[in-house]
Amino acid sequence: MLKTALQAFVTAVKGLTITLRHFFGARRSRREVDVRKASYFDQQEGVTTVQFPKTKMPIPEVARYQLDVEIDDCIVCDLCAKACPVDCITIDAVKATGVIGKTSDGSVKRLYAAKFDIDMAKCMYCGLCTVVCPTECITMTDQYDRSTFQLAELTYSFSDMTPEEVDARKQEWTRFQAEKEAAKHK
Amino acid sequence: MAFYITYIGIGLALFGFIALFALAAVYAERKIAGFVQDRLGPMETGRYGSLQTLADILKLIQKEFITPAAADKVLFIAAPVIIFMAVFFGFIAMPWAPGWVPAALNIGLFYVLAVVSVDAIGILMAGWGSNNKFSLLGSLRAVAQIVSYEIPAGLALIAAVMVAQTLNMQEMVANQGIRATVPLHFLGVWEVTEIGGILAWNVFQAPHLLVAYVLFFIASLAECNRAPFDIPEAESELVGGFHTEYGGLRFAFLFLAEYAMMFLVAMIGVVVFLGGWNTPLPNIGALKLADWTTGVIWGFFWTLSKTLFFVGVQMWIRWTLPRLRADQLMTLCWKVLTPLGFLCMAISGIWRVMVMV
Repeated sequence: MLKTALQAFVTAVKGLTITLRHFFGARRSRREVDVRKASYFDQQEGVTTVQFPKTKMPIPEVARYQLDVEIDDCIVCDLCAKACPVDCITIDAVKATGVIGKTSDGSVKRLYAAKFDIDMAKCMYCGLCTVVCPTECITMTDQYDRSTFQLAELTYSFSDMTPEEVDARKQEWTRFQAEKEAAKHK
Repeated sequence: MAFYITYIGIGLALFGFIALFALAAVYAERKIAGFVQDRLGPMETGRYGSLQTLADILKLIQKEFITPAAADKVLFIAAPVIIFMAVFFGFIAMPWAPGWVPAALNIGLFYVLAVVSVDAIGILMAGWGSNNKFSLLGSLRAVAQIVSYEIPAGLALIAAVMVAQTLNMQEMVANQGIRATVPLHFLGVWEVTEIGGILAWNVFQAPHLLVAYVLFFIASLAECNRAPFDIPEAESELVGGFHTEYGGLRFAFLFLAEYAMMFLVAMIGVVVFLGGWNTPLPNIGALKLADWTTGVIWGFFWTLSKTLFFVGVQMWIRWTLPRLRADQLMTLCWKVLTPLGFLCMAISGIWRVMVMV
């Protein structure tokens, strides 16, 4: 019994010296050390806290965080919406009467993006949409710190068309269809 | 009439001190916890989080009094008062500096031990009154623990009292330094009455008193329900132990009592074993360090700094050691500490008769 107690005492003292070392080690913060360096595991003491909003950890420019769409490069192929496992992307397309332009990589645009909404509250940050995108217009960014008072504010709209414009394009397409029909029956 | 004003004034001063100490100690505790775990602790409220505990207490004061419907109302409401009062009354007999003691009782130490053990009743009332299984379990554990650990703590103190030959805490302190009225011997061989300092403290009067102090320190941790003996509050198993149902100001008082208890037991240890308001610096020849650093202001300084040091040690231990199981706790108390306490007491008796003559 006394032997156990003595051993407990000795191990307690050992533990206390470890915590004391950490206590005094807290006067400085840990430095960033390259993982490839042999001294990587040498830093045993020191504060690890990153005081988040004031200081931030370095992250890659294109990390697995919030999505961004370069709508000028989008050909409205709907592949991202189909790939999304949680259906957080909603796309409405309006057909154009002809070629409406080219994306920066040379793909031809034939559809207007009447609506391109991504619900970031639903998004699970898998990145599948960015993989399937043929023009690489949908990308993941380094933005991760976003909180809003309204849940709806987390639905990001990337379409740059106004409702009037959408209506105009729709009418244009209907007229074009009607003209084609008329031409067929002539 | 002026009599009563003095009484009330001293009471208020002590309460003010305890409240301030609790605020500072909670902050220190959180900082120490942070540093030990390589974190920063509170950082947002005030500079380096220094206003955090003030904000906490303001929040607690504003909260509603909630009494559970099935609770025993009287016990539930009275418990925090009794728990706090038990600890608060303990401060009455504690000496702060030469001539500065709220009440120089001739049975001071006995009184403190007696009044502090009322704490157990308060905790039982809190647990039973809450009508909550976790509270009841917590309070049963707490009472079993406090009652058990009072024995080794008491024995360790008796070992020191047998050497000091007084229960008056002020006299006990005076006899551990250059103001001693009896001859002092370092480890029973070297006359140090004139030298004083750390050499004249009770822990060095007899070699076994150092063991007795360690015993007392361990037992005192258990008495104030501190880790590693915090099974009454065991958050991981018992929600919050006996204070599960308490909120607002009542919880604040339970918390205040806990920190006051920490200070009190640290202070008892300092007074009985570590020279109380006596300086640790000895007179060395012409360098009369002990003479220079003994006095009322110095007395306050030494009492406070020694006590706060041991409060710090209590916190350090809390954030290092894991909690003991209930059976391990009892084993440690009854099979290790109590026999050692008896041994210390027996050696004290022999020491008194054979060495100190």
